[in-house]
Amino acid sequence: MAKLKAAIIGSGNIGTDLMVKLGRSEHLELTAVIGIDPQSDGLRRAKEAGYAGVDTGIDGFLADPTLEADIIFDATSAKAHIYNDKVCQERGIKMIDLTPAAIGPYVSPAVNIDEHLNKNNINMITCGGQATIPMVAAINRVANVVYGEIVATISSKSAGPGTRANIDEFTETTSQAIEVVGGADKGKAIIILNPAEPPIMMRNTVYALVEEGKMNEQAIRESIAEMEKTVQSYVPGYHLRTEPIFEGNKVTVLIEVKGAGDYLPEYSGNLDIMTSAAVRVAEEFAKNTQKETV
Amino acid sequence: MTIERDIIITEVALRDGSHAVRHQYTVEQVVNVTKALADAGVPYIEVTHGDGLAGSSLQFGLSKVNDMELIEAAASVAGDSKVAVLLLPGVGTLTELKEAASLGAKMVRVATHVTEADVAPQHIAMGKELGMEAVGFLMMSHMAPVEKLVEQAKLMESYGADIVYMTDSAGYFLPEQVTERISRLRQELKCEIGFHGHNNLSMAMANSVAAIKAGATRIDGSVRCFGAGAGNTQTEALIAVCERMGIKTGIDLYKIEDLAEEIVAPLLPVTPTITREAITLGYAGVYSTFAYHAKRAAAQFGVDARDVLIELGRRQVVGGQEDMIIDVAAELAKGKTVASK
Repeated sequence: MAKLKAAIIGSGNIGTDLMVKLGRSEHLELTAVIGIDPQSDGLRRAKEAGYAGVDTGIDGFLADPTLEADIIFDATSAKAHIYNDKVCQERGIKMIDLTPAAIGPYVSPAVNIDEHLNKNNINMITCGGQATIPMVAAINRVANVVYGEIVATISSKSAGPGTRANIDEFTETTSQAIEVVGGADKGKAIIILNPAEPPIMMRNTVYALVEEGKMNEQAIRESIAEMEKTVQSYVPGYHLRTEPIFEGNKVTVLIEVKGAGDYLPEYSGNLDIMTSAAVRVAEEFAKNTQKETV
Repeated sequence: MTIERDIIITEVALRDGSHAVRHQYTVEQVVNVTKALADAGVPYIEVTHGDGLAGSSLQFGLSKVNDMELIEAAASVAGDSKVAVLLLPGVGTLTELKEAASLGAKMVRVATHVTEADVAPQHIAMGKELGMEAVGFLMMSHMAPVEKLVEQAKLMESYGADIVYMTDSAGYFLPEQVTERISRLRQELKCEIGFHGHNNLSMAMANSVAAIKAGATRIDGSVRCFGAGAGNTQTEALIAVCERMGIKTGIDLYKIEDLAEEIVAPLLPVTPTITREAITLGYAGVYSTFAYHAKRAAAQFGVDARDVLIELGRRQVVGGQEDMIIDVAAELAKGKTVASK
C-alpha cells in the first residue's frame, strides 16, 4: 500500500521526536526535516537517518523539486505557523499544527478525528489537553458533563522556554478545548511545573461534574476504561493511576503519562503525547486517503 | 499627610485566610474587614482566592463569591490603603489581571515555585503596564539552595518586579535560615525584599523579625493568624513587636488589635492553633494549604493525615499539587491493605 509522504518543520525536541516516531509508521513515509539552523542537532540526525535535511525553512523545501510531502507537521511557533500554513495550503499540503496557532480545529485522535478528516489544517491543542480531554469526552458520552476541570503537572525539565513564556496560552487553549472537544458545558485548566529530581512523570487529574440525576458509575467506569485503551493504542505509556473516584456528582480521574523514550526522556510524557497524537492524526488521514483511492 | 513607615505590611487575611474559610468570603465580610484595616492604617490589603486570581476550582476549592466582586468591593472602601491581588501563572492569566486592575487593584504579586520564576515575566510586565506595583513572589523557598533562590530572585527583578518576596509557604524555615537567605538577597538585589511566613512550627514571628533585621522591608501578616496551615505571622502581634523594636509600621496598634478581636475573630470557623497536621507541614516542608485536604483525604481512605503529608514532602510536591493528596492517600491505603493481608 502506498504511504503518504510527510515532512516536519522544526528540528528541535518535538520535531526530532516526531522523526523517530514517523520512522516506524506503516502509513507515512517521512521525506524531510525542515529547519532554519544548519548546525542543529535535529537536522544532523535527520541526515544521518537518511532523510533530507533542509536548513532554509519551508521556502527552501517548497523550492526544491526533488522534495515532496502530502502532509506536514509544524513544530515551530504560532507566529511561524501562520506563514507555513499559508504557503503549504497553496500547494494543497495538509498541516498538522503542534503550535498554539489554532488555525484549524482542535483535535484529539481519540475523540474527534473522524469529524475533521476533510480539513486541511488540524491543531493538536496542548499536551495537557491531549492527556485529559479524552477522559472528559469518555464521561460526557455517558453522562452530560456540566463542568470539566483538568490539572496537568509536568516536570520542570520538560517545559521548554516556549511553554514558559506563554503559559496563559496553555490554560486558555486547554479550557476551550475541554468544551469544544471534550463536550463539557464549561471547561477550566491549570498547569503546574514540578522541579523534583529525578524528574516526575507527567500527571494529570480530571475532575468532572455530571448533570444532576445523570450519574451512572458503572457506565462511566466502563467508558473511561475503554477510552484508556483507545489512547494507549497510540500512547502506550498512558494509564490511570487508580480507579476513578466518585463523590456525589463528581468524578475524579488520575492519569499518568510515561513517554516512549524515543528522542525525549520517559518523563517527558507531555511531549510524547503531543507527538504520538499528531502521528496518529496523520495516520488517520493516510488511511482515509488510501480508502478514497481504492 | 504622609505616614512614616520603616517597613511596609501587607495584610493577607482576605487572601491566605481564604483557605481558612474554604473560600467562602462574602462581599459584606470583605467590606467590613477592609474598612477596618484601612482605618488602622494597613498600607496593603491582599484580596483574592487563596490560590490567586481564577483559583476557584475543584482542585483548590470553589469560591462562594467571584474574586472580581470581592476585589471591587474591597477597593471601593480601601481609602488610602491599596488592594493587592495574587496571581499564580498556570492558574490565573493576564485576562483576570487586567480585570482586577480595572476594578481598583494596585499591586500584583506574581507567585511561582522558587525555581520557576521564568513563567512570570508576562504577568509582571502587564502589571507594570497597568500602572500597578509588581511583586515577584517566590513560593516554597525552602526547597531551593540559597544560590538558586538568589538566581531566581534576580530573574524576578530583571522582569521589572519592584519587590521580591521570599515566601515560606510551608512554614519550614528556622530564623537563622531566614537571616542567611534574606541577607544574601539584600546583598545581591537592588529592589526591596519581602518575607511571607507561616506559623506551622511557631516560627513565623521569629522569622519575620529575622527577615527585618537582615534587610527585608516588606512583611506579610494575617490578623488572628487567619491563613493556611497554622496561619501567618500574626499582624497585630507583629505591630506590637515592631513598636518595641522602634520600627515604624504606620499601623495603629489598638485599632488592629480591636479589628482582629471584634471583626475578624467571629469569621473564623475554628480558632487558629498549631494542630498536629500544621506541625507536620512545617516539619516535612509541605505547602500550607495541604493540611485541610490531607485531613479530608486521610478520613476518606482511612489513613493518618500526617503520613500523607510526610509522603508528599518526600516526593517534593509543590504548591498547587492538591490532586497528589488523594493520589498519595489512595496509595497509602492500598499499601495498608496489602500489609494487613
